[in-house]
Amino acid sequence: MENHKCKGMRDLVPDDMLRFRRIEDVFRTCCLNHNYQEVKTPTLEYLHLFTATGTLTPSMLGKVYSFLDWDGWSGERVVLRPDGTIPVARLYVDNLSGCETAKLFYVTNIFAFEETGKKTRERWQCGVEFLGGAKLAVDAEIISLAREVVHKLGLSDIRLQLSHAGLVKALIKELKLDASREAEVVSRVLDGDWRALQQVNSANDELNKFLYPLLNLKGKSAAFLQNVKALCLQASPGFKASLEDFISITALLDSLGCRYETDITAIRNFEYYTGVCFQLLDNGERIGGGGRYDGLIPLMGDRNTPACGFALYIDPIMKLLPWDNKQKSVILIAAGEPTPEVVKRCFTLAQSLRDAKHVAEVDFSGRERSDYRWLVSISEKDPTRFTITDCERKQQRHVASPSEVLSVVGG
Amino acid sequence: MKHKVSYIKLALPKGRLLSPTAEVLSEVALGFEGYGHKTRQYRLQSVRFPCLSAKIFHEKDIPVQVAVGNYDLGICGLDWIEELQVRYPSSALVKLSSLDYGGGNVYLAASHEAEVFSLDGFLARQDNWRIVTEYPNLAQAVALSLRFKRFRIFPVWGAAEAYPPENADLAVLWARNESEIVGQGLAPVMKLLSVDAFLVANREKLETKDLSQVLDCFTPKLVSRLPPDERGYRGCFISLRPRILSQIKLSRSREPVVSLSEWQEKAIKLALPDGHQKRPTSQFLEQAGLNIQGYSGKTVNRRPSADLDWLGIKVIRPQDMPLEVANGNFDLAITGKDWLLEHLYRFPSSPVRELLELGFGKVKIVAAVSQDTPVANVNGLKLLTQGGKFAPLRVASEYINIADKYLRDNHISPYKLVPTWGASEAFLPEDADLLIDNAQTGKTLVQHNLKIIDVLLTSTACLIGNKDSLDSCDKRERIEFITQTLQRALS
Repeated sequence: MENHKCKGMRDLVPDDMLRFRRIEDVFRTCCLNHNYQEVKTPTLEYLHLFTATGTLTPSMLGKVYSFLDWDGWSGERVVLRPDGTIPVARLYVDNLSGCETAKLFYVTNIFAFEETGKKTRERWQCGVEFLGGAKLAVDAEIISLAREVVHKLGLSDIRLQLSHAGLVKALIKELKLDASREAEVVSRVLDGDWRALQQVNSANDELNKFLYPLLNLKGKSAAFLQNVKALCLQASPGFKASLEDFISITALLDSLGCRYETDITAIRNFEYYTGVCFQLLDNGERIGGGGRYDGLIPLMGDRNTPACGFALYIDPIMKLLPWDNKQKSVILIAAGEPTPEVVKRCFTLAQSLRDAKHVAEVDFSGRERSDYRWLVSISEKDPTRFTITDCERKQQRHVASPSEVLSVVGG
Repeated sequence: MKHKVSYIKLALPKGRLLSPTAEVLSEVALGFEGYGHKTRQYRLQSVRFPCLSAKIFHEKDIPVQVAVGNYDLGICGLDWIEELQVRYPSSALVKLSSLDYGGGNVYLAASHEAEVFSLDGFLARQDNWRIVTEYPNLAQAVALSLRFKRFRIFPVWGAAEAYPPENADLAVLWARNESEIVGQGLAPVMKLLSVDAFLVANREKLETKDLSQVLDCFTPKLVSRLPPDERGYRGCFISLRPRILSQIKLSRSREPVVSLSEWQEKAIKLALPDGHQKRPTSQFLEQAGLNIQGYSGKTVNRRPSADLDWLGIKVIRPQDMPLEVANGNFDLAITGKDWLLEHLYRFPSSPVRELLELGFGKVKIVAAVSQDTPVANVNGLKLLTQGGKFAPLRVASEYINIADKYLRDNHISPYKLVPTWGASEAFLPEDADLLIDNAQTGKTLVQHNLKIIDVLLTSTACLIGNKDSLDSCDKRERIEFITQTLQRALS
């Protein structure tokens, strides 16, 4: 049969939605317990929101779904939201910038064109943004919250990788390239091509001392970064400040007993990030990531507002989610001939069961059904009586009122 | 077993590339007679290869026609190939080779008034750039690559060079060389693309169909301009990625052809049409007693002048006028009602209004099908489409929004629009099933074995205006003066 679905889009069938809602429920509960507040942003935003802030890389902007709206005669293009954080930052500037801090979370879809159409072009994510939080403790809280959600979802063996966008940007400056070469290296690194940094043959021996360990070694504690610090005495103050910031956050995580790996090459598309960045991996697959982006709100023309956040990627997590296929206990109320009297009795009984927090389904198809915990049958010959079948224990009872049915099924 | 002979279809360009392409085809002896600048036919049959036929298209249509597989091979400029591929990188279009003629470049050019003196300064600016272009996809790719903070792209059917500085800051446009850009009063900022005529193929056809007879003929003409490591398909053809940013030096070698301040001082800005509409418009204005210098001649003067010192005039394509009026670049314009409706169907909230029907330039917008399609009216077409005769109905039109609305209103489904850039009647019956096009007498349609099944509307030239200009105290009186002057000529 012909498939009518748009290329690159995907359906979430009931089994998918069970998983989706489980992720969403765990995420929402964790966020609410940390006193974060839920927001939703519109699916359409102006393209200039993403270009004006210089926040998405050209390669990402080249994949946005942009078009002219019905009132697009002015040439102002709109886009299907290509990123979760920037619209929330815009929401903050538009609605909440008077607040000293805003702790926000959201579950949203984002859209990015993918050439082959084999991978999904609509992706879902759960995101958290802490706007107005500058302290190292906020970075640690964000990382802990991301890990807590993943842990509560039952995912084990998740690897936490740390990098630092400010440090990477400062490192590129250390190379002292001419403007066009520097722009090329920045673009390639943002696209995840770290060979761009490795291929720069620097004649600067001082730089080479710490360039190799930073690009090739993976630290397991703040000690690694302390070692790098000892090797970069001649580095610029900007580089040293970023390194110091990175050391502080890793030291804090050490004291919290948080296991991680420092790898500055672990990030990509970090255009708007300014400080520590992290990603969560399961068997090498990215299931989440985030970091500090202190420059974004001022880029939107608002006052200096430090911020950090993360997003968990629902699509890969759905595939990894441990799942027991145990069905919820459902009661089926079945009747053959739906006479007005029978329908009324069925509906009344169903409502009583639902009021008592049971899941009750009414079925007049007359088909034999066995995939339910309880089956309550009503005969059109005597609609005053109910026959209850315990499908698990293969037992049957006859009762005369909804309250008796309730006492049998519990509740 | 006898080898099955494949029928090969070639898409050939009209316009700028027609004559040099005709020369090359003659040299490679493909056997097409009658392909030359005087040709009035759209379909050609090779006298040398019975299995080879060709159709002539507007150059811009060729990459699309080859990409969708209607044609196995095509010849067109690299600019139109990149315009498609930069937006649709996964399209089935394969660039086989440059044919080494039709040379030119696509430039990013700035008006002198934009004061672009250095590239760094240019890139650091926070302007909301207005970019006018016939290549909206290339323009967007450039704006994103250059990390413009904010920009708006105004796609036009032509005459992009006429817009800066009054109505645009930047233009992405084709020119033979840098001097030509300077000659147009613009400053070239970047060379975006070197444009040659290219031989292109449909990927699937190249993979599955024997095109070798035709490709063999082209072999002496194929040119490799790229280093060996960039050679792509089967090691012998070129597959190059768009290279958008090859910088050229900035120049400010000439004084601007127009004074922006003079234009800004004009209280009312009027757009007049070029092309076919120029002559009747010029005659009508003369009849109305509006003296305009530099409009009626054979050469195109983009900035004629009027006796009325408060009236600024520019000559642009009638298709582009409603959008320009909507954006406040012009207060008034003389265009066709067809183009006004095409605009309003796309942008219902547009502030453009029809002020006066001018009566000349009368055409009907019709729906036409091939004589062989067994329908007499739109209802018959609807039933035939619903019955699965077309899967889906392919609708060729220059008026994609009028066509879209017509099909929706008549509940015709499923359908697919094939936007065209001229010579739309040539699309039927091979490449489209329904044509929505303008017709003066209907003779052209009959010549192409088509029949009209519906008349959507009758269009004449009209004066259009911007609602906000009409509401402005400073402008209202003068707009009324022009409207009444034209009105008197009608009576």
